[in-house]
Amino acid sequence: MSVGIPMFLGVSAILFTIGLIGVLLRRSPLTVLLSLEIMLNSVNLTLVAFSRQVGGSDGQVFALVVMGIAAAEVVVGLGLVVAMTRRSMVLDTDELRTLRG
Amino acid sequence: MDIVVFFVASVCAIASATAVVAQKNPFVSALALLGNLASLAALMLLLEAQFVAAAQIIVYAGAVMVMFLFVIAYVGPRGEIGPGVRKPWLVALSVFAALLIAVEIVVVVMGASLGTVATVDANYGSPAAIGEALVTDYLLAFEVVSVILFMAAVAGVVFGAGGRPVRLSDDQVLAKEGESAVERRREASRAALEAARDSTTGESAR
Repeated sequence: MSVGIPMFLGVSAILFTIGLIGVLLRRSPLTVLLSLEIMLNSVNLTLVAFSRQVGGSDGQVFALVVMGIAAAEVVVGLGLVVAMTRRSMVLDTDELRTLRG
Repeated sequence: MDIVVFFVASVCAIASATAVVAQKNPFVSALALLGNLASLAALMLLLEAQFVAAAQIIVYAGAVMVMFLFVIAYVGPRGEIGPGVRKPWLVALSVFAALLIAVEIVVVVMGASLGTVATVDANYGSPAAIGEALVTDYLLAFEVVSVILFMAAVAGVVFGAGGRPVRLSDDQVLAKEGESAVERRREASRAALEAARDSTTGESAR
């Protein structure tokens, strides 16, 4: 094991930041969901890295659970996108502000 | 050898993540995310998490990305929205907040004394080891995830099935409102067809 654990954590932090910038700046709900996937995956990498650090399988089980939750989140998010398309709404997160006070 | 694989996979992961965020076309973004997931699976293999890496490829690249591509194809060009015109201070604030979190993570990681990496046997990260942990210590989490996935599937069907009202067939209208309603419907659709034909010929003449 020649690569240190902090290196993996650094890559994970960079990926998390890129995903966060995508979620904050992009207006297409599809791209926001894709950026969200990057964030979730970078956290998965962190969990696996810390799991390797302590030598237990707990972190890996956690990563698998995160994968399941991410799949559920994608189903709901894409369902919303499909519903918006069917109602001929504009696919732009800036335009969807009916619930804003 | 490890260090070469690590750097190649990290550079691929960061480059593809940047492409996901920067691309206007969501189709290209989704394909770039595929590369990102594959690079992350390689990084997980370096951490000796074989089962999680395999699940990453099967669950994400296999199932989730196919669903993404289906929806992107369904939505079509309407999904193509670039970063667009936003208030500059909003962009600056977003990037600043993201970089703040990055700096925070780096500071915490640098400040933490992780100590020596544990030595692991060959069984570490194998499907047997993960599976055993999943159905003994983490049985509740496992079952809760299955319930959440089921709820998400139901929600996806409800969202997908709602929206535009269903068009009844002539027979259903006849049973509901009688002969005259069917005639009215036919008249209306004939008129709509005429109008559409007129507008197309008008446009081609222009």
